Parts: sequence; C-alpha cells; structure tokens
Amino acid sequence: MLKIENLQVKLEEEDKQILKGLSLTVPSGEVHAIMGPNGSGKSTMSYVLSGKGGYEVTGGSATLDGVDLLAMEPEERAAAGLFLAFQYPVEIPGVGNMTFLRTAVNSQRKSRGEDEMSAAEFLKVIRAKAKSLKIDAEMLKRPVNVGFSGGEKKRNEILQMAMLEPKMCVLDETDSGLDVDAMKLVAEGVNALRDGKRSFLVITHYQRLLDHIKPDVVHIMADGRIIKSGGPELALEVENNGYADLLAEVA
Amino acid sequence: MAVSKAKSAAPDARLAAIISPVGGKWASEARKSALTRLHDMGLPTRRDEYWKFTRPDELTKADATPATLLETDEKPVFCDIDRLRLVFVDGVFDPDISDQMAMEHVEIEPLANAAEKDIHWARDIYGVLENGGQSPVNRPLAALNTATATQGMVIRVTGKAPRPICLHYVRTSETADAVVHHIVKVEAGGDVTLLENGPAAARINKVLEVDIADGGAFHHVRTQGRDHERRAAAHIFARLGTESSFKSFSLTVNGALTRNECVIEILGDNAHATIAGAAVGDGKTHPFHQDDTVFITHDAVNCESRQVFKKVLRNGATGVFQGKILVKPGAQKTDGYQISQGLMLDDDSQFLAKPELEIYADDVACSHGSTVGAIDADALFYLMSRGIPRAQATDLLVLSFLAAALEEIENEEIRKDIFGRLEAWIERHRN
Repeated sequence: MLKIENLQVKLEEEDKQILKGLSLTVPSGEVHAIMGPNGSGKSTMSYVLSGKGGYEVTGGSATLDGVDLLAMEPEERAAAGLFLAFQYPVEIPGVGNMTFLRTAVNSQRKSRGEDEMSAAEFLKVIRAKAKSLKIDAEMLKRPVNVGFSGGEKKRNEILQMAMLEPKMCVLDETDSGLDVDAMKLVAEGVNALRDGKRSFLVITHYQRLLDHIKPDVVHIMADGRIIKSGGPELALEVENNGYADLLAEVA
Repeated sequence: MAVSKAKSAAPDARLAAIISPVGGKWASEARKSALTRLHDMGLPTRRDEYWKFTRPDELTKADATPATLLETDEKPVFCDIDRLRLVFVDGVFDPDISDQMAMEHVEIEPLANAAEKDIHWARDIYGVLENGGQSPVNRPLAALNTATATQGMVIRVTGKAPRPICLHYVRTSETADAVVHHIVKVEAGGDVTLLENGPAAARINKVLEVDIADGGAFHHVRTQGRDHERRAAAHIFARLGTESSFKSFSLTVNGALTRNECVIEILGDNAHATIAGAAVGDGKTHPFHQDDTVFITHDAVNCESRQVFKKVLRNGATGVFQGKILVKPGAQKTDGYQISQGLMLDDDSQFLAKPELEIYADDVACSHGSTVGAIDADALFYLMSRGIPRAQATDLLVLSFLAAALEEIENEEIRKDIFGRLEAWIERHRN
C-alpha cells in the first residue's frame, strides 16, 4: 500500500512550492488514476516518490507498506518495490538494453538478499515477456532506448516493469505520444501485471487510457493537492467538461 | 618547411649531443637528412603553438625520468587473439621470444636488418612520410626518431594477411629510454591488422609510417600500457591511395604523459580514414596527461575522414585534443567528421580541446564538435530508479560515454578485449 500524507515539496533551486499538502492512499491490488491540468504537480509527485534530485520535501510523508520512501536512495526505493514508468524514457547509448535490465534485476535481487538470476534464466524470462509486448530480439540488443520510436520506448518501460516485478507501479503519462494500437499494447502489458496484490498509480491527461486500464479510483489533482476523488465516472466528467467545473467547485 | 626560431639553450645542448647510427646507404642518408631538419626546427618548447597544452620537457630532456614498473597479474591485451607476436623488451626486438616472422602475403623484417642494406624498398617510406608531415606544423620528436632509431619493424603486405601482427612491448627496466620506428607498406589490395600493446619503456619515442597503396586496407589498434609513470610520444604518419582505408584506434589507460600525434594525408580518391581513441585517467595516485594531436589533409575527391576521441578524467587528470582537417583546393565531396569529448568525474580535472577546420573546396561536408561535461543527472537517475546503485550506474554511464569511440574498432573480438580493459580500469578506480 502506498500512503502519501500531507506531502509538501518545493523546488531546490528556487522558492517555488509544487506540492501543497498532497494526500493519497493506494491500497494493495488497486489501480488509481490521477488526472489534472498541466502544472498541477503530477510529474513532480512521481519524481519525488522515486527520489529524483532537485526537489526538497518540506513536510509530510510517503510510505510503501509502512517503509519510509523519502529517506531512501532511488535504487533502494526500487528494491523496496517502487517503479516509475517515465514520461520521457532516457536514451543510454552504448549500454545494451539486455545488459541494463539484467544489471537492474540482479541489483535489486542482491539488495534484497536474493540469488542473482543466471544469464540463461534471465534470457528465458525476458524473451517470454518481450514477446507479449511485441519487443523483438533486435530491440533487446540495441542500446537502451536509442533509436526507439515513442511507442517502443513506452513498451520498453513496461517490459522493465514486467521484469522487475514491483509492488507499486507509477505510470507517468505512459499514453503520451502513443497511437491507438500502441496504447492498447501498453495497456495489455499493464493489465497482465494486475495480480490482485500489485498496485498502480496511473497519471494521465486522457480518459482514453482508462478505457483500457480500468481504475478503481480516479483522483483530480490541482495546484499540488488532490481536490476530488471518485469512481471511473470522474474521468468521463473531465473528458466531457474539462477541469473548469471541478476547479470552481473547490474554489 | 616552416621553421620556428628562438629555441632555448637546454634543448640545443641536447641536439648537439645527438648522433645518428651508422647504416647502409639509404638508411644513413635518411637519418642524416632527419638530423638536419631536426637541427633546423629545434626541439619543441612550450612556446610552440601545438605544445601549449602539453609540456614537452620530459620528452625532450637528455635522460628519461625513471619510471617504476607496474606489478600486475592482468593478462596482456590481445593475448586471446590469434596473432603473429613480435616482442620488444625495453624497446629492443627480441626474436627468441617472438613468433616466426613469416606469414602469407606479408614480409616482416627488423629495421636493423633493412637499415644495413644498401638498397631497400623501405627507403621510399622511412623518414619520407615523416618529412612530409613536418609541414605546416613541425614535429621535431618524429625527426629525432627518424635520425636515431635502430629498432622497429619493416612490414610489407601484398595480400590479405591471415591474422593480425602484434607488436608486444614488455618493460623490464625502470630507466629504458627507447626509440622505435616501424614502417608498413600496404601494396595494392593488401589488407592487414596491426596491434600494439604494452608500455614499451620508461620513455618511448615511437614513429609508425604507413603507406597504403590503391585499394589497400590498414587496421590498427593499440593500447599504450598502464604503467603509471611511463611517458610516450607516438607519431603516426599515413599516406592513403585511391579507395584505400586507414583505421586506427588507441586506448590510453594511465601514464604520466602520452602524446599521440597522427598525420594523415589522403592522396587518392574515394579513400577513408578513421582515427579514434579512448583515454581514461585518474590523477589520484599518479599524474595523468594524455594528448591527441591529429592533422588530416584531404587532397583528393570523395574521401571521408573520421576523428572520434573520448576522454574520462578525474582527480586532476588532463586530456588534450588538437585536431585539424585541412581540405585542399579541389578536394571536392570531402566528408570530414570530428568529435572530441571529455567526461569529467569531478571538478578537478581538465579537458583542453582545439578543433580546427581549414577548407579550400566548396563542395564539402565537414563537421566538428567538442564537448566537456559531467555524468548526465537524468540518465543517472533513470538507472538508479531501476535499482542500480549509484556507483554501478556511474560505471555504466562511463562505458556508455566511451562506446562511440570503441565502435570505431571494426573487429568485434578486438573491441571486446578493449572494452574489458576499460571495465577493469573502472573497477579499479571506483570512488
């Protein structure tokens, strides 16, 4: 269970408050969606949870199954079960996708005191998972995200998620830049990981993604806070009417 | 030849003391003429344009500063590659521990043997390419080498060499001051790979002259020995014929001083030249200064040249790159590419770069880029967010940075060997 309580975050470099008392709980096995106008702090939240530099937490807390996320290094958060699917996956020339993934899987296993995965075992597992995401052997060999299309990059994020088997997945605008077919493929990849225990927090601008990844709860975020939570119908309301009504409600 | 005046007294004394060895007619003439041009130009000083970033003193002084031997149980580079191995001990060829100098399509002979003869094909290359490379920029250390060298290999390639030739340098003396001069003549249609590895000497002055005839191909991969205190000045002079290919890659790991100069003259149409290098230096326990100085002249139509240099520096290490592309009038359809990049792992190191283009033809594509920067914070976060600890993520990004230079090595087996050396360096120099 991911529990964020009254989280307050400002930029490190300038005196600008981004998150202003964000509270949110995603119980095990549930899928929650976050929608909200540009600049409401959605991506900042995902970065702060996963430990990116440049932000200062000025108050509140964030825990995953009771463990304080904010006190840990990014790699420790990952090993604790947190995964962020990036809005803009980073290109890393000269490092093979497969090498990268195997290093990641084994780093996490090592830090949890588990045995490392052998090369043969890893190959078997990744081939099966890549196949369902229509990622071919060539793409696995290529340098991380280099020369990948927008869709390939997002599929590669989902492949990483599938290989790392996190407890809590945060998807930051995974649908951005995807055509309808690519979005379906990504959604199928996400749905395949729903096992009743794993939780998801899906950040998106569009209701369309939520047709494919059905959320239990939809949150509306504005100005660094959750201003309204509800069922999937809330996403439809945003799709039809925009945020103006919702913002007026709380004003 | 451009000759700069006003040299200091100390190098003059050194110059006066230089005596050329006696040899056969052609060798004596070549040495004598090199000595004359050396006297004309004098030894390099800090005031010379191309020695502003690298102090030449240690390379020009009369006696080499002693360098302690590196104790290591690391296997030599290229040892798993099927190759013809020629061993130099402290800069002196040792036939007893070398392979037989016989291979299909290749003639190999020690320089000393060739130099004793009155007539030899080497006459057309030895000191000739070096002399050609003295203009417009003087390279006195190379003239010094031609004037005094007795050690080296003279290699002639008439077809496709079945396996690489490896010049394997072993160092046993803390004081050896070596001068080695190799020449390679690739005849039309010849194809050879030359490997070099090892620290050679406490101080080494090395020249490699490569003459590639029409359609010939020359591949060169060298590692310069990871002895911390060794010093090296290495020159390559290459002359390229029509549809020929020259590819050279250097790995510099450690070393108090490394100056690699490469002078490439593209004379035939449709030829290709690549000069690439990866240097990794950590000044924590020993000084590290590495300098790549490249001069490529395009004097033919539709030729391509690539310069790719990457340097990883930390703890006060210094990297230098001076690279020039000269496109002569009429050298149309030239495609010149040049990139030099420094990755600084801290705030103490420096990367000095001077990219130059001089173009006298109007239908050419020349690009150059030079960057210096730290580990990319976004990439580091991306890797760490997948569970990879900071140190390991940094290592991956260092290898990622170096990858573009390594990709210039065509042979996969050799590339993997070099990659392994870089991984080992990173492993040894973790914070």
